[in-house]
Amino acid sequence: MARAVSTRRKITFTVIAWVIGIAIFFPILWTILTSFKTEGEAIASPPSFLFFDWTLENYTTVQERSNYFLHFWNSVVISLGSTVLGLIIAIPAAWSMAFVPGKRTKDVLMWMLSTKMLPPVGVLIPIYLLFRDAGLLDTRTGLVVVLTLMNLPIIVWMLYTYFREIPGEILEAARMDGAGLREEIIYILTPMAVPGIASTLLLNVILAWNEAFWTLNLTAANAAPLTAFIASYSSPEGLFYAKLSAASTMAIAPILILGWFSQKQLVRGLTFGAVK
Amino acid sequence: MSAITLKNVTKRFGDVTVIPGIDLSIEDGEFVVFVGPSGCGKSTLLRLIAGLEDVSAGVIDIDGADVTGTAPAKRGLAMVFQSYALYPHMSVAGNIGFPLRMAGESKEAIDKKVRAAAATLNLTDYLHRKPRELSGGQRQRVAIGRAIVREPKGFLFDEPLSNLDAALRVNMRLELSELHAQLKTTMIYVTHDQVEAMTMADKIVVLNRGHIEQVGSPLTLYNKPDNLFVAGFIGSPKMNFLGPTYAKEHGAATVGVRPEHIKISKESGLIKGTAGVAEHLGSDTFVHVHVAPDQMITVRTSGDSVLRHGDTVWLTPDEDRLHRFDAQGKAIR
Repeated sequence: MARAVSTRRKITFTVIAWVIGIAIFFPILWTILTSFKTEGEAIASPPSFLFFDWTLENYTTVQERSNYFLHFWNSVVISLGSTVLGLIIAIPAAWSMAFVPGKRTKDVLMWMLSTKMLPPVGVLIPIYLLFRDAGLLDTRTGLVVVLTLMNLPIIVWMLYTYFREIPGEILEAARMDGAGLREEIIYILTPMAVPGIASTLLLNVILAWNEAFWTLNLTAANAAPLTAFIASYSSPEGLFYAKLSAASTMAIAPILILGWFSQKQLVRGLTFGAVK
Repeated sequence: MSAITLKNVTKRFGDVTVIPGIDLSIEDGEFVVFVGPSGCGKSTLLRLIAGLEDVSAGVIDIDGADVTGTAPAKRGLAMVFQSYALYPHMSVAGNIGFPLRMAGESKEAIDKKVRAAAATLNLTDYLHRKPRELSGGQRQRVAIGRAIVREPKGFLFDEPLSNLDAALRVNMRLELSELHAQLKTTMIYVTHDQVEAMTMADKIVVLNRGHIEQVGSPLTLYNKPDNLFVAGFIGSPKMNFLGPTYAKEHGAATVGVRPEHIKISKESGLIKGTAGVAEHLGSDTFVHVHVAPDQMITVRTSGDSVLRHGDTVWLTPDEDRLHRFDAQGKAIR
């Protein structure tokens, strides 16, 4: 039986939710607003909220100074590339853990997760040296590889929880029907797990898109994604809030739009398959 | 078409031995039912034959070829699962055609065979539906269609009717028997329901704790059970077991008598008792008679029996139809 909630309670909770929501979103909103101000208005005190001279000059300056589309394209290649490569490795891995678990499967899963607890900076120097010697510094290939490795534990874990929801008998039926391991994964498991794979893909694209540690440390000019593009505006030559804001807005816009259209999938992804 | 032979087939899960070593031969075209209480190893045995589990020791032969290490896909057997295990993302046609697709047949050939199978199973109107849009009985038919379409060497059924309601179950039972008569293919059927076993089987294999208790035709098991377990398991209502005093008179440790082989009378007889609950089925009546504080005997009598709860009755077992067992529970013949 549903508990009756009084109108007053409802109003209170709605107001609290809105306040928290706005408080979290406010910095992003402020960044977007600032990107349309002149540098002078951007640091004016008291700041004006909506009533200022709206201008696009920051965007044109930013585009003149650095090639937005190169960084945008780098971000797309790196985030999609690392996610797709990760999925190709993780689907068979999650298959084996979900459907033919051994004595140590649980331990392997925990161990994989524990690698995420290592501070990345702890392995920066070895990886930097490896990249230098392999000629992978400032290449998109290098970043795809390193981000795949960083996000692989999460991808395997997410897929594992989704695969566990699929009844094993269906895969056995496929085996009886003459499917080999490859056919079983391609024709039965993957199509059945499409919602789960989609959430995993989305979440990991976003994680890779926002990843700043490796992308900043392993790139210079050629392979730098949007994170490096933003960072280049918090420069030692002085703070240019408006231009920094314009760069940030341009960097977050694609992922914000992607996130908006895939909210449902994302929520499912973030709850790790717990909510059906 | 094929004969299946098991030689000393053993299955262990870790330290637990589920099947300690079974020898069994199944003739070409036979309808064999594995029956036994839950946990007796019947499903495991079926999965070993299917190849879904690896045997720990022993040999499985199909048509004289050793398939012990062969992948399930290569054994040429088709299986119908308890949960039907249909592919939820494929239409009925896609489900039925999947084994043919895996066998690499052409689109036209697949289409033709799927239509033929759908026609025999009354599924023609549902070919484009997804499994979730079908009733339980229809799903069952799709699972059977998927099994018959590629003309396998043999069929394996793992309690396929237990998810259906009673009326549908009786129908499907008939349809499966009909299917076997048509196809004449070897079928192995696992169930815990001895009625299904009795009605469908050419040969019943009674399993208990991983052992075969007895193999035989339904009537052999019914009339000549080898031991107490089979005697008690086959037949409904169950066989009555009479106490040591009566058994000793007949030179046995236990004597069993089926409910239909006891005469019940209100005037005279061998054993005195009090009538308990009477179950009227119309054609028959099952009377549960208390003969001692802790012993009840079930008697099958005519449908028009007028016995009432509490009536004093006399029971007389038919001496020619007694089943005698020794102290180890083995039948004395």
